[in-house]
Amino acid sequence: MNNTPRFRVRTLFLIVYLVFAMLPIYWMVNMSFKTNQGILSSFSLLPKNFTWDNYVTIFTDPSWYNGYINSLTYVALNTVMSLAVALPAAYAFSRYRFLGDKHVFFWLLTNRMTPPAVFLLPFFQLYSTLGLMDTYWAVALAHLVFNVPLAVWILEGFMSGIPREIDETAYIDGYSFPRFFITIFLPLIKAGVGVAAFFCFMFSWVELLLARTLTSVNAKPIVATMTRTVSAAGMDWATLAAAGTLTIIPGAIVIWFVRHYIAKGFAMGRV
Amino acid sequence: MNGSTKPVNQKAWWLILPVCLCVAFSAVLPLMTVVNYSVQDVISPTRSVFVGTEWFTAVMRDEELHAALLRQLMFSLSVLAIEIPLGIGLALSMPAKGWKASAVLVLVALSLLIPWNVVGTIWQIFGRTDIGLMGRALSMMGIDYSYASNPTQAWLTVLLMDVWHWTPLVALLAYAGLRSIPDAYYQAASIDGASRLAVFRYIQLPKMRGVLMIAVLLRFMDSFMIYTEPFVLTGGGPGDATTFLSQYLTQKAVGQFDLGPAAAFSLIYFLIILLFCFILYNWMLRVGTQDKRSGHE
Repeated sequence: MNNTPRFRVRTLFLIVYLVFAMLPIYWMVNMSFKTNQGILSSFSLLPKNFTWDNYVTIFTDPSWYNGYINSLTYVALNTVMSLAVALPAAYAFSRYRFLGDKHVFFWLLTNRMTPPAVFLLPFFQLYSTLGLMDTYWAVALAHLVFNVPLAVWILEGFMSGIPREIDETAYIDGYSFPRFFITIFLPLIKAGVGVAAFFCFMFSWVELLLARTLTSVNAKPIVATMTRTVSAAGMDWATLAAAGTLTIIPGAIVIWFVRHYIAKGFAMGRV
Repeated sequence: MNGSTKPVNQKAWWLILPVCLCVAFSAVLPLMTVVNYSVQDVISPTRSVFVGTEWFTAVMRDEELHAALLRQLMFSLSVLAIEIPLGIGLALSMPAKGWKASAVLVLVALSLLIPWNVVGTIWQIFGRTDIGLMGRALSMMGIDYSYASNPTQAWLTVLLMDVWHWTPLVALLAYAGLRSIPDAYYQAASIDGASRLAVFRYIQLPKMRGVLMIAVLLRFMDSFMIYTEPFVLTGGGPGDATTFLSQYLTQKAVGQFDLGPAAAFSLIYFLIILLFCFILYNWMLRVGTQDKRSGHE
């Protein structure tokens, strides 16, 4: 396995790829520490006049930092709702057979795979009718379409790894279902709940199309705030770069905790 | 879901009822609205006429749609042709244990967690010839590069962006598949004096087959509905060089408010996706049962 030249070729390939993966991100972070004049006038690999101004702008201007607060609010709402409905369903799928179980499971998958563009117009009308437009609830509910199926799939994968004998022993010991589920079963699948929460968080956080369409002022997410800066005349590149850098940070921190489960999450519990 | 041993219990329906209600509210209800629009001509909010399958016929004959579909297929196939081999290669070169493995894993996965419009923004900045590293480097090499005016270059830039964004997904899945191979297999292979290529062909590839199939289908479907990244980077242009299906649909539905054709198109789009879902679903079930069977051996 470890004949040296082979090993070197592989390490080289890995390093080349990592450089390719990091360069665009490095460039944006680099720009976020420059001034707009600095960006347009000189081309440098490191900021010449290092400045925190762009970050100061974002943290002091309500139209910017509210974007982050709005995004985090609907993402949190969505994650909690997704897990609350997905937990019992995943348990049912992993433990019992019932009429139409496979069909319902498939139906859930199709929702994860439907292009958000298909739902755009109906959502717009549905939420206008219900008076939910431009609220956190509109986006949180809309994102359920792809997050609930994902959470069910991931949790089902983790729950199937827990032997059924545990359930049966608990019932013989006189536990009721809710008490068994909360005090015994949930602690056993902690990791699964964490991974499912992470993936709900992530897919709600990265989505733009629905979030942008269903909000205008009060609940406008950071991703939409950014696109409007892009379309404005006279690009504010430096602030845009700083805002972009800040959106990467939450994911970059949380990813460390779920690094061993990332593949399982993306494959919806099937690895 | 493989459950010959699972007991039949119809009461389990109560447990999945909340999910069904939730998804019915956010998916079935909207989808019915789409069906409704696809057979009507909405003249004003209060007046609409039933037109039957007219929109479907119109959409099927739409030249622009054919062009967008062809572009989409080309794009999705290119994505697969590049990302799958690259992802396998990457997975094979990632370290297996220790802090190095963790660090590489996090670095590789980072691009998957960046909001999709920020991915577009990153590449927008990166590719500009005045302020971007890549654009600047290419123009210094004497290439007349501009993703905003040259259709071929715009297309290649979107492709490169997708490779950058999503190859890690293939790599992670392949990596997970590789880690499930017991050391005994490699020991047996080295006793037999198997070449590196033979180990890959007869041990690693078969063991990765299941997850790779998932990777292929996920990448195909997700690239089939790509919207945000090209929207930010090129806005579908120049001309319509990077207008893919979702882009085209959004233009029709929200930009021009052609409700009927947009709805008919949505349904056709949905049916295409449904077909691939069906294939993916059966594959996933098979992978699930395979793993459990090999786990019992």
